[in-house]
Amino acid sequence: MSYFRAENLSLHFGGLKAVDSVSFAVEKGEILSIIGPNGAGKSSIFNLISRIYPPTSGRIFFEDQDITEQPAYDIAGLGIARTFQNIELFENATMLSNLLVGRHRHSATQLWQELLFLPSVRAGEKLHRRRVEQVIEFLDLEAYRDKLISGLPYGVRKVIELARALCSEPKLILLDEPSSGLNVEETDDMSFWIRDMKTELGITVLMVEHDMTLVNRVSDRVIALNYGRVLAMGSPSEVQRHPDVVAAYLGA
Amino acid sequence: MRFLFKTDYEDDIRLFPHSGYIVSYGILLAFLVVAPFVLSSYLVSQLVFVCIYATVGVGLMILTGFTGQASLGHAAFLAIGAYTAAYLQQYNVPFPVYFLAGGLLTGVVGALVGFPALRLTGIYLVIATISFAFIVEEVLARWESVTHGNEGMRVKTLSLFGQAVPQNGPTFYFLCLGVLILTIVGTLNLLRSPTGRAFVAIRDSETAARSMGVNVSLYKVKSFAISAAITGLAGVLFAHKLSFISPEMFTLQLSIEFIIVILIGGTFSLHGAVLGAIFLVMIDPFLTYLKDDLPGIISGLAAMFGADSVTAGKVHGNVAAIASANGLKGAIYGVIIVLFVLFEPLGLYGRWLKIKLFFQLFPLYKRATFKRQKIYVKSERNR
Repeated sequence: MSYFRAENLSLHFGGLKAVDSVSFAVEKGEILSIIGPNGAGKSSIFNLISRIYPPTSGRIFFEDQDITEQPAYDIAGLGIARTFQNIELFENATMLSNLLVGRHRHSATQLWQELLFLPSVRAGEKLHRRRVEQVIEFLDLEAYRDKLISGLPYGVRKVIELARALCSEPKLILLDEPSSGLNVEETDDMSFWIRDMKTELGITVLMVEHDMTLVNRVSDRVIALNYGRVLAMGSPSEVQRHPDVVAAYLGA
Repeated sequence: MRFLFKTDYEDDIRLFPHSGYIVSYGILLAFLVVAPFVLSSYLVSQLVFVCIYATVGVGLMILTGFTGQASLGHAAFLAIGAYTAAYLQQYNVPFPVYFLAGGLLTGVVGALVGFPALRLTGIYLVIATISFAFIVEEVLARWESVTHGNEGMRVKTLSLFGQAVPQNGPTFYFLCLGVLILTIVGTLNLLRSPTGRAFVAIRDSETAARSMGVNVSLYKVKSFAISAAITGLAGVLFAHKLSFISPEMFTLQLSIEFIIVILIGGTFSLHGAVLGAIFLVMIDPFLTYLKDDLPGIISGLAAMFGADSVTAGKVHGNVAAIASANGLKGAIYGVIIVLFVLFEPLGLYGRWLKIKLFFQLFPLYKRATFKRQKIYVKSERNR
């Protein structure tokens, strides 16, 4: 059995087939990229996995468990974290509290304990903070701890969003266009981090990406989509040479 | 300027970041303790109202300021707390019991209001909470066997451990102050723990909160319940302070006053709730003063600039007519809200922070420090 599996996944908006019976599997510890022209259904697949939309049909399995019917807030609890294409950070909070929200799935304190701020809550807070600091060190974010997100530049926000996802200690991470809006240097950093996430933290990565340099550099396998259907699947170079993929990008 | 050198995670958890805070809050507390013995009884009475309004303000701040759910129904929560107190008092239930019962019952009602509110946002949520407030008002007026309808209910003098606590005495003031301080400390504790962060997360992006594992519906209901419970506690004190309650005291106008408290104080901090409460309670005597003296002042000015006595008399009459017009108070509140939203959206506390920063950075303060700007535009938000 594969680690993560989507079976005949479909998402229809009326007559529009945003995702049309897509099946794929992710092996434990690999980096799988999804590529495709605009509107191919890449982000829709992410939104199906993180249960923002319910699928029209099809099933999703994670660690041999059917997660198609799980409520959206349970997905993080299972160990699947994600980032968003158009950064969804908590803008009017500091970076630290943003990252601490990432720890939410690990918090086990009750409301009444929190109202009194009992020693258990205090100990929990310190533990969360320690974990958050590890992520901060991993992604070089030391300079921004007490900064409000609303005052930070786009590139930094992008990294903070990745940091927030890592703070939840995921087993599988979904990256929605990690390099969009980043300059060449920042994209370089991003590709190192994605590789390190796999090798050092042992996280399986599923990402949607347009930047082919980044895709070639980090991916173990690539899936190409168009009009909600899978065109090709395989190693980065195989997929790029596939005639259907060339046709989809350049026109027949 | 002070630079904090942090050496422990504890430094970011503690309530007072450095000793300066302890000194200034200590001075404030000392003043508040001495206040009932040095200030006139009128001012002490006003201080009691400040405490009650600030408690409601803190409750509303949790819901609106930190969870991002607007409510124009908090007068109803206050009413439920107040009526619970008045009703239970008839059966000689001791104060601590009906005080907590008032908070608990209001909290449960708040949670029930929270459920339909799950699917509503923004203006629709406001409408839903207004209609809830109208329903409560109507129930209070019609359920005569319990609430005595429009006749209202008399609330007996509070008795605490066999001791009478008159609503104008210092003990009652200390009780209200104590409740306010405990509420603030509890709320601060909440805000520095996972629940408080989940609230803020829901306020800023529900989608992201959900994908981080926050059960958005559960936390919204929690926020409603906590906010309502605090307001209910304030309602019990409110009933005792006024010693008479009737349905027409808990109208939409009161809910709007609570919104004013947090809006003018500053919607992002608990300081705002207290500052807003001070503003709201103190503006009333100020308006009364204007009503009495404004006609005299204006006609005096007119006479000074060469108007004859007939014209000055006319001016006096006209200004007096405007000053005593019905609904003027509501209009003035409206103007105040509009002006604050336009020119000082961060409220009084925001203004205080700016002044503080000015002195900290003097002479290097830049005018544009707090200038609002959009750094980039968010597109395609999925709610």
